[in-house]
Formats: sequence, C-alpha cells, structure tokens
Amino acid sequence: MDLNLQELNATEFPVPAELESNIAITSLSQLYNWGRRNSMWPMLFGLACCAIEMIATASSRFDFSRFGFEVMRATPRQADLMIVSGTVTKKMVVPIVRLYNQMPEPKYVLAMGACASGGGPFKEGYNVVSGMDKYLPVDVYVPGCPPTPQALLYGMIALQRKIDGQSIANGDDVPWYGAGSAEPTPVPVLGPDIIDPRQMDMIRRQAERAAQEMTALGTRELPAAMQLAPAKTAASTAAPAEAAPANGNALAYELPTGGTPWTEAEDIREKRRLRALARKALRASRRASAEEE
Amino acid sequence: MPTAAPAAPLTNTSIEGAIDHLKASYPDAISADDREGYGGIIVDSAQLLDIARVIRDELGFDYLSSATAVDYLGAGDHMEMVYHAYRSSGGGTLVFKAQTDRDNAEIPSLVSVWRGADFQEREAWDLYGIRFPGHPNLKRILMWEGFHGHPMRKDWREAYYEEELKPFDSRWPGGHVHRAEEKNVFGKNVSYPREIDLSRLMDTSETAVYQSLGLGVDVERVMDKDGFETNELVVNMGPHHPSTHGVFRMVLTVDGETVTSLEPVMGYLHRNHEKIGERNTYLHNIPFTDRLDYISSMGNNHGYVLAVEQLLSLGRRYNEPTYRCEALRVMMVELSRIVNHLWAIGFWLNDIGAFFTPVLYFIQERERILDFFEAVAGSRMMCNYMRFGGLFADLPERLKSVSNLTNDRVRDYNTMQFLTEMVSERIPRTIDELEQLLTQNEILIERSVGVGVLSAEDAINYSAAGPLLRGSGVPYDIRRADPYSIYEELDFDVAVEDAGDMYARYRVRVKELRESVRILRQILPRLEATKGQSIWADGKPGAYAPRVPLGEAYGRVENGKGELGYYIVSAGGRSGTANPWRYHVRAPSFINLTPMGIMSKGYKVADIVGILGSIDIVLGETDR
Amino acid sequence: MYGTGLAKGLLLTLRHFVDSYIDDIRYGFRKYSHSVDNFGVRQGTQTKGVITVQYPDEKVAVPERFRFVPFLIIEDEDHPTRAGKDWCTSCGICAKVCPPQCIWIVRGNDPVTGRPVPEPEAFFIDIDICMNCGYCAEYCPFDAIKMDHDYELASYDRTTHHIHDKDRLSKPNSYWRSIAPTRAYEEMLSRGTWEHKDAAKEARRGQTSSRPSAPRPAAQAAPAPAQPAAQATPAPAASAGGATPWSEDDAKREERRRKALERKARRAAKRGG
Ligand code: SF4
Ligand code: SF4
Ligand code: SF4
Repeated sequence: MDLNLQELNATEFPVPAELESNIAITSLSQLYNWGRRNSMWPMLFGLACCAIEMIATASSRFDFSRFGFEVMRATPRQADLMIVSGTVTKKMVVPIVRLYNQMPEPKYVLAMGACASGGGPFKEGYNVVSGMDKYLPVDVYVPGCPPTPQALLYGMIALQRKIDGQSIANGDDVPWYGAGSAEPTPVPVLGPDIIDPRQMDMIRRQAERAAQEMTALGTRELPAAMQLAPAKTAASTAAPAEAAPANGNALAYELPTGGTPWTEAEDIREKRRLRALARKALRASRRASAEEE
Repeated sequence: MPTAAPAAPLTNTSIEGAIDHLKASYPDAISADDREGYGGIIVDSAQLLDIARVIRDELGFDYLSSATAVDYLGAGDHMEMVYHAYRSSGGGTLVFKAQTDRDNAEIPSLVSVWRGADFQEREAWDLYGIRFPGHPNLKRILMWEGFHGHPMRKDWREAYYEEELKPFDSRWPGGHVHRAEEKNVFGKNVSYPREIDLSRLMDTSETAVYQSLGLGVDVERVMDKDGFETNELVVNMGPHHPSTHGVFRMVLTVDGETVTSLEPVMGYLHRNHEKIGERNTYLHNIPFTDRLDYISSMGNNHGYVLAVEQLLSLGRRYNEPTYRCEALRVMMVELSRIVNHLWAIGFWLNDIGAFFTPVLYFIQERERILDFFEAVAGSRMMCNYMRFGGLFADLPERLKSVSNLTNDRVRDYNTMQFLTEMVSERIPRTIDELEQLLTQNEILIERSVGVGVLSAEDAINYSAAGPLLRGSGVPYDIRRADPYSIYEELDFDVAVEDAGDMYARYRVRVKELRESVRILRQILPRLEATKGQSIWADGKPGAYAPRVPLGEAYGRVENGKGELGYYIVSAGGRSGTANPWRYHVRAPSFINLTPMGIMSKGYKVADIVGILGSIDIVLGETDR
Repeated sequence: MYGTGLAKGLLLTLRHFVDSYIDDIRYGFRKYSHSVDNFGVRQGTQTKGVITVQYPDEKVAVPERFRFVPFLIIEDEDHPTRAGKDWCTSCGICAKVCPPQCIWIVRGNDPVTGRPVPEPEAFFIDIDICMNCGYCAEYCPFDAIKMDHDYELASYDRTTHHIHDKDRLSKPNSYWRSIAPTRAYEEMLSRGTWEHKDAAKEARRGQTSSRPSAPRPAAQAAPAPAQPAAQATPAPAASAGGATPWSEDDAKREERRRKALERKARRAAKRGG
C-alpha cells in the first residue's frame, strides 16, 4: 500500500505545496491510529461457511493484504482482530471467549455474517448462540449469508474508519489506553445449558421462582403437533411428559419483566466505559499525589 | 473383490431374495415393514445382532451406509433405528429397522458388526437418548456431556421454540417483529431444567473426553526399550487450530512423537440442522442443505431433491425432471466436485507444509467457477439452485453483470462460450499444473506415501466413503454402483488406487478431477442439444408447498467428500402437511472420521494434520 | 533423478510469475484501464496474470441474479397514478416460504370497513437471520420483493440497523430495472406490463390513466414471441449481444444511478451518525 501522506496530514498548519508528498503534520493520535489500522492482524480462525469466504477474501483475487490485514496469526496473542466468521455454537463460544481474553489489547471483534451478528438462519437451534455480541463486544457487523468478499472488505474498511475515530487522549471510547489491564470476559460454563457467569444471579432468581411455582413452571405440555390431528392450533390436553426423561426446560418461556435483555453488548460497553473512567480518576489522583511530593 | 464376507452364493441375491432368506431363517424375528410408503424389514431388537451378522456375512451387505434414529411420538410412540446396508460390489439397499420404547430406549449396538455404526450410534444416543448396550464408547458426540435432555426427541423444545411447524402463524398477517431473545428471560438462547443445581456447577464436558482415553487421573507409565520410564502425553488439538479445517478437535495421546490413540471430538459447529429441518417445510430445507458441505452446495442440493423426488414419485401427480434439467444438475454437481477437490487438495497441502502457494492457484480457478454459480444461481457459495422436479432457473444467455455504482466493473460473457473455455482449457490446464507442481514432488511423496494407511477391509467396515474408500482400493462410486440422474449414460471411469495412504487419496482426487472434466465435456453438447427445452416437466415452476405422500426415502449421491445421503420420513402420522417428520443427513465428513483413530495410530504428530486433511472434512457437514 | 519433481514444481511457480508480466505486456495498460472489456480480460478465462480487484476503487459488479438481502418494490415516483405505491399486496407468501422465518408482515386493514386491503401496513426483514436464499423473490406472485445487489451493509450497531422496516426496504421499480434489466424484462413479458399487475388492470378497466393500456399477458409461462406493445415504456430488444436490453437514454439512467447513490449516501450518513 502506498504511503499517502496527504491522508495523514490533518492539521491547520499549511504544508508548502512542493513538500506535500514528503511532509505531514499530524497529531500523535492520528499517526498512531494510522499505523494501527493499516497493520490489523486478524486471527486465523474460521468457524463455518463464512470462513470460506474469509479465505477467499484473503486470497489473490480480493487480497485483503492491500489493507494491512494479511498477517493471519494462528495464535490469539499476536492478533489484533478477531473475525468471527460463522455460526457461534454454545460449545464453541467457550473457546472463543477464552481466545478473546488471550488477545492483547487493543483488540477488535468483527462479526462476519448473519450468524455471528445475530444468530443467522440457525438461530432457533438449541446449540446456537444468537449473536457474538451476547458474549463479547463487537465492533463491526457485516450482514449477509455469507457476505461476499467485497462485503467483508467493506466491513474491514468500516473497522479502519472506526479506529480512525478513536483517540489516545480520550480514554472513554478506547479503554485500553488507560492504566492497568482490563478484566477478562468471564468464560461461560457448559452446564445443563450454557451458563453465562454474568447472569448467575438472574439464573438463581429464576430457579427459585420455578421451585416455588411448581405448578406454573414445572409441568410441560406435549406439543400440539404430537397429537395425530394435524391442526397446529389444537390445544393439547395430554398428560405432562414425565415419560420424556431429563426434560424440563420450562424457565425460558417467561417474559422478561423489564428491559430488553439482548442489549447485553451495551452493558459490556457501559462497564468498559465506567472502568475507563475509574482508571482516569486513578491516574489523576496519582498525578496529584506525585505533584504533592 | 475385497469384501469382508466369505464367498457364499447368497451374496449375489436380489434384495427380495435376501429378505426372503432372512424371513426363512428367522421367521419370528422379522416382519415386513408394511406401513404406507415404507419398505424393508423390521427386526426384533433382541435378535438384531445375530441377524446383522447374517446380513453382513451370509448376504454380503458389508457396507453399512447409514444408521439413524426416528422418534415416532404420536404415531406408535416408539423409537426406531433405521439401517441402510449395501454391498460394496454395488446394487440396492437393504433397509432394516429395530424398534424400542421411548422410555428406556435400548437397542443392541452393531459396532461389533460394522464399525461404521460407531459414531452414528453415539449420535443417536446423544440426540435421541437411545442406549446401545455393547457400544465401546457410548457418550455424547455432538452436544457436550451434561447437556440436559436429548434434543432431537419430538417433545424436546428449544429455548427459542415458537411453533411445531413452519410457517409460523406470528409472521403474517399480524407480523409485529420481535427478536427471539426478547421473549426469553435470560435474553439468550438458553433454558435450564427446573432442577438445576447451581451450587455444584461443573463443566463435565471435558472430563468425559479425557476419561475415554483411559487417562482420567493416572497417566499410563510406559517403559521404553532402554529402560527409561516415560509418560504418555495427552495433546489437545483444536477446536481452534489452523489445520483442523474449522472447529474440529482431536485429543491424542502420544508416546514421544508417535501417536498411540486419537479421539475426535466434534460438535463445535453443531447447528441443529436436523431439528430445524424437521420444523421446516420440504422447500425450506434446500437452502439449509447448502450450508452442510459449504464447499459443494450443488451436490448437497442434488441429494436432497433426489430424496424428496423419490417420495413425490410415490404420489400420482409427479413428473420426472426433464432431460435438460438433469443435464444441468449433473453439470453443476461436477463443477462443484472440481471446486471441492481443488479445495481439498489445496488445504491438504497446506497441512503438510506447502503453505498457501498451491491453494492460491486453485482458489483462482475456484473463483471462476464461483463466478459462474453466482451468475446462474445467484450466490457464490450458497447456490440454492435445485428444486423438486426442476431448477431455480435455466442458464442465462450471458453471464453478465450490470453496474449500479459508478466504480463497478462489469463482466459479460456468453454462457456457453465461457463454459466451453473453462472445460476445454482452463480447468484441464489447472489440473495439469497441479500434477506438475505436486505429483512427482519428492517432498510430497516422502510426506504422504505410506502414511495414514487404511486397508480395504477396514475402509468398508468403517463405512468410509468417497475418495477415502476408493483410495483404499474399493472401486465403489455411487454414480456407477447405484446410478442416479443421467450418470448411467455418461462415459467415465471410477477412480481407484490401491495403496490406501494419503498419496493414494490425493491421486484419486486428481483422477476424479479429470473424470469430472470428461463428464463436463459430454454434458456441454447435451446442453446445446436441449436448448429451448424447459427445465420443468410441465413448463412451469413447481408449487412452493408440494404435498409429499406418506412414506420414507433415502436419496444418496456421490458428493465430493463421499456418500451424501438423506433419509426422509414424510408425515409420520401427520398426513397432508408439507413438513418432513424425520430429516436425517448421512454426512460423509462425519462418518469418514470414524476410522480416523486407526488411521493415525503409530504415525507422528506432524502426520495427523495431513491425515485429517486427506480425509477432507467440512465441519458444517460433520457436525450439522 | 531425485529432485526433478521438486524442480518442476518450482519452475511452474516461476512460470506463473513470468506469465503475469507477459500478460501485462500483451494487454498493456488496457488490462488495467477502466473499461468493460478490459476488466473482462483481467477476470476472464484467458487471463494468466494478476487478477486482483482493487476493491474500494473498483468493484466486481455483481451479476443480475445475485442475491443479497431483499427489498420491496414501490412504483416509480413519476408514475401518474400510483407513484410511491407498494407493489406488495401483503399476501403473505414470502413470509411462508422464508426458511428461517425472518419476514414479518402486518397486513393492512381498511380503517373504515376493517377489511384487509392489498397493501402491507408494516413489513420487516431481520437481516441478522435472513439467509439470502431468494425464495421470497422467487415465489412472490406480484414481483413485489426482489433481492438487492447492495452488499455494503456493514454497521457498527445491529440493534438499530439490522431489522429493515418498510421504509428501509422500499425501492422504486426503476431501481430494480436498473440492476437486473434482463430479468425485469422477462417479468414484464409474463406480467404484460412494466407496471404492477393492478395498474394494468385499472388501465384496462378504462379508468383515468395517462398511459395507454397495457396488453393482456398472452401466455403466463413462456414469453410470447410477439413484442408486447407497451408503448409508454421503451420496447427492449431481447437480451442479445450484450447490449443493454432496452434502449432507454443514458441521461435517464444516469439520473437513476445518481439517485441510488444519493440514497446510499443518505443511508451511510444515517448509519454513521
Ligand atoms: S451467516 Fe450464513 S454463510 Fe455465514 S456461517 Fe452463518 S449460515 Fe454460514
Ligand atoms: S409474496 Fe410478494 S406480494 Fe405477497 S406479501 Fe410477500 S412481497 Fe408482498
Ligand atoms: S432471502 Fe430467504 S431468508 Fe431472506 S427474507 Fe427472503 S426468503 Fe427469507
């Protein structure tokens, strides 16, 4: 990629016309971002069908190395960007969260395809996570099933634009410039179903409620279609399905009492912001105490 | 003929003859399956094991293609295992079934007869909760150990369960949009059993994996020949590993560099294809099949429409697809076979060290074929091209794009000319280059000859399919052994190599590439000759909700990776709906992994990735 | 001799390397200049050298049948009687054939009579679920929903951008004709008019319309050999010889493209902001 100094040049100081291709006056933040966005190393990591399109994007026809993405690292410790390319299953989300925790900051997540963005065509499945953002903060979503290589490139350019907008000076929007290391995202546990440690309290509350309201939550009807009558709406009067072993997934049919729970990523971001603020305060107090001395 | 069966006169009888023989020998244990539209026999599960031995040894059905469970809740309230056995010398299928109660479901394991039943029985246990006494390693395979319930049972509901059958009533006419997670207390796709014990939460999935290696706590101590005491080491590869072709995982025990045992762990891409498929209508399933083996979606479409067409042909109002339609199907399937083999060889080379240069050459060719798919079917990978009795659309006159943005670059070729150039020049040239690059390459030969050997007997017994089977010297290609579509009249040879090692599989793939080109050369004139013929028998596209008669069907095709089969039961008890009761995919990538353990025993750790690459799996199909 | 196979392979890579230069010399700058033929050379079956598409600066145009997320067709703004009206009659077929069930339609009701009217009150597509299968477009009996070619949809936030509502989905008929002229033409033949079926019906009924009445579709299935005499709309030559299948003047097309770009920019701005 050509070094384009004009695009870096971003101050009000005029650069003489004859020097325009040799000199750029810029802010440190911009220089830093410019370097960073042009050397995004994605993790070599594919999940499903979308990964094949990701490989097609990496190969000679679309060639994302033109944007500095070419160094696909197999180890998370050398990667800046996680391209979640495909369906995230409950079984797989555990390693994914672990991998994310191992990536050094600054790190970005790009959700490629409908599946990684919001569950995709397999959303209703019992082993499918409806969107990577339920567990990790996602920076760019690229819809499509699968997104064509050009669509993915567009998403990558969108990510670069996002990086351009970040600033070292402002710890609010990029927490990793603050002091100290960030807390790792809690790794989900594979219990009877996947358990997000951040939701432990809620699960406990629900379990208690279920235990109290035995009648309301403890029994399950046979699905209507199990009756030989083809009518889908026929209400089932069948006995509770004690017959079916190890089955009692009743908790999920309750409506939430308030708030839409799927804005989980917002929570994560909010938490991050608060953490960054705390760090800022910490630094300020340190600075103050240093001055006192 | 390398079969495990002793030569007996009965090994050549017809299917009916075989069934008669079985009925004569086991009059009490065998009854014909006389439900409407069904075929084959129902075997008393108490005697299943003996009868299975007879079927294999006396009748010569040495190849167990598929074993799958069906839950007949509401239509007899029983569980049923359905087995499809073939002769490795070709011919039709012997279908036999064993039934059991839904509670306490138990059917004797057939692993001792056909090793190929191993993973399939584990899957039936995992998803249906059928126990298989006699199975050496019966634990969950796709879900994790500790998951609540057996999700494919008809009365098991997901967290996002909405209705039993699609289309859902909430979409129209009062379709007020919401996301499924908004209706869930946890905001996620989860539901917990009421009796969940939160005080003792433990991730049991991992311990189960390691226990099966007999390693749990005590690591076996090995005394080597010099008297050093060494430990066997457990090495975990995957699910995040660049060479596992996706999210596949292997747990190996190694003694030094040598692999002593290998346990494939899968399910990291288990997307509940079958559960969703049983809620879908028949039509809905076609685009879902694209996402099975996403390298060759045309082949997936083909197998599925064949299976449904088998069912449809039981009904009265069914028209065979036209000749042009069949020719187009075959052309698409062969093109995707080329894509598939190029991809498979390329990534296998990646695995054994030729990093990315060959792949890049192959992907260039693939891109051109994908351009063609995109122009004809609308998508590069997820073609969704075939329909019951027809196709999405005929070939366009020109492969053309229109610009809708100022910096769009437009392409425009004549379709037939493009195909001719591809088939007569471009693809053969790539294959030549591939051979020049690799076939005589000393490093490749050293790395692959004699590695990952699978004998012909094992290949059949483990239900290996595709290049894995043919690379072991078994000339079994469904296009010849049990012909479908118009393959019967096409002139091509079954690629076969005897050595059974990685190199032999590579050679089989290269030969198949050439055979595919040969088939394409025969298809193009046929397309020219049928120009103007409709792709639909009655001239207009089929209905979106075809009524499928009662019955069962098993449609199978030779896909790039091997035998891709679809077992479909129509309307088990629900007549007149457009949704399958059972929709099962016999996935070659999944079953081809069964012999992975014996294929890798005794080889070095560095060979393992190569062996896996030479099997050629795609996780979308392995885990479904 | 040991090593010859290796050398042969290396020679091949060398040949690829040299070929790319030979190819460049053969076609010269033509290969990289921005015209249709040249891009065809670079991406065609004959090329040997570099095939890279310089993505943001040049894009591979997608073929007509390409499918990404769907959009709804509304009548052109300059249509005399039905400007901006939905083509969709909210019949619900697309919602039924949609495999992952990501189409949500609220059927419109007449506020006075309460009877259903052929127009959707609301129409949503959740593009986080849509599998781009194209069934909705294939089975819609009114040609009212089509697969879009706009794949540049990446966004920073899915909660607000990924359920497309009717406003976001609606695009004029002329847009569809500009991205898929051949297919639009075929559909016109089977429908018998460039407009919506209903418009043709209305016209036939002799209601006020500035356009001459469209002919009755001769045969629904096979395109009739006789040119339908849709006078108001230019009669296209059947897609032959790679020429644009209708002879609409370029100015108009340019205008459309400009509009499409503007819309795109607006959307991008919305998305960015
Ligand atoms: S978005 Fe579509 S192509 Fe991508 S992983 Fe999901 S199903 Fe596959
Ligand atoms: S099928 Fe067509 S007309 Fe019917 S609701 Fe869908 S878009 Fe509207
Ligand atoms: S393209 Fe397919 S998945 Fe998407 S809205 Fe249309 S029918 Fe549904």
